[in-house]
Amino acid sequence: MNIWLVMLAGGLLTFGMRFSLIFLFGRFEVPSTMRKALHYVPPAVLSAIILPELLYPSGSLNLTFENTRMLAGIIAMLVAWYSKNTLLTILAGMAALLILQLLF
Amino acid sequence: MSEKRKEFWNGVRAEFPLLIGVFPFGMIYGALALNAGLSRAASQLMSSIVFAGSSQFVAAQLVHDAAPGFVIVVTIAVVNLRHMLYSASLAPYLKNLSLKWKALLSYLLTDEAYAPSILKYEREEITPVSHWFLLGAGFSLWFTWQVSTAFGIFLGTAIPPEWPLDFALPLTFIAMVVPVLKSRPMIAAALSAGIVALLAYSLPFKLGLILAALTGIVVGTILEGLKSPGGMP
Repeated sequence: MNIWLVMLAGGLLTFGMRFSLIFLFGRFEVPSTMRKALHYVPPAVLSAIILPELLYPSGSLNLTFENTRMLAGIIAMLVAWYSKNTLLTILAGMAALLILQLLF
Repeated sequence: MSEKRKEFWNGVRAEFPLLIGVFPFGMIYGALALNAGLSRAASQLMSSIVFAGSSQFVAAQLVHDAAPGFVIVVTIAVVNLRHMLYSASLAPYLKNLSLKWKALLSYLLTDEAYAPSILKYEREEITPVSHWFLLGAGFSLWFTWQVSTAFGIFLGTAIPPEWPLDFALPLTFIAMVVPVLKSRPMIAAALSAGIVALLAYSLPFKLGLILAALTGIVVGTILEGLKSPGGMP
């Protein structure tokens, strides 16, 4: 994989989407179904990354208490829910992981 | 001070509170991208080539997971789809500009530049210098993002590699997702995507991620449609 090609393609696509309707003004509108669908992109993509990261720590399912990443992730979710603060969530999750790794 | 300059600085001023929030985020990105295995140059330049925060975090995670290039490109595109909405929403206010201006402002069109600009354009009358506001907001964010990325990369080189810093990426995503899980369709979108990601984990090329994301998007959209058949107001 060439990371530079990947970044260039990703950057061009991103620019294209930002430019698209400014450029096409008056000739094209975003369909309402797509408008709706876009709201679900962040939770869908990010959850699809988060869950395997927490539950497959070494490539296979681990739902035991030895899975420190799962436990630290749950703690981070609680902190995120109550604080709605990105930095605090990251710090709490990292601290939880380091402490749990010492314990187990 | 000329009218153009005044509008530019109005944009910078309106952007300022957002810059304070963005700076630590850029630092985290820089440190994590480096930790995920990107070179210093690639970590830095992604901030100007892609210039879209959450998709950069996702790309770093996928590089860390050794996903193939096309999966990373598709995922960046999906994560950044929402920019089409900003483009549509600002288009009427920028319609009289030259193609060069349209291209420049499009490049600078991030969540954080969009927010104060649309507020201003909806509230105030459009003048021949209004676009300088968006330039001020967009450029100050761009500049802050580049500098904070550099700080993060610098910081990242000082962190011992055995620290489990890679875990900060899923933690960042948790911080982004959890606060938006307020409606049933949102929760269903997140859960269905997460479950499909677990079930399809063994698919080659990280295709499970794309399958899972599409499932979540479709589930959320359908559930929202059931809830309010009339659609968006």
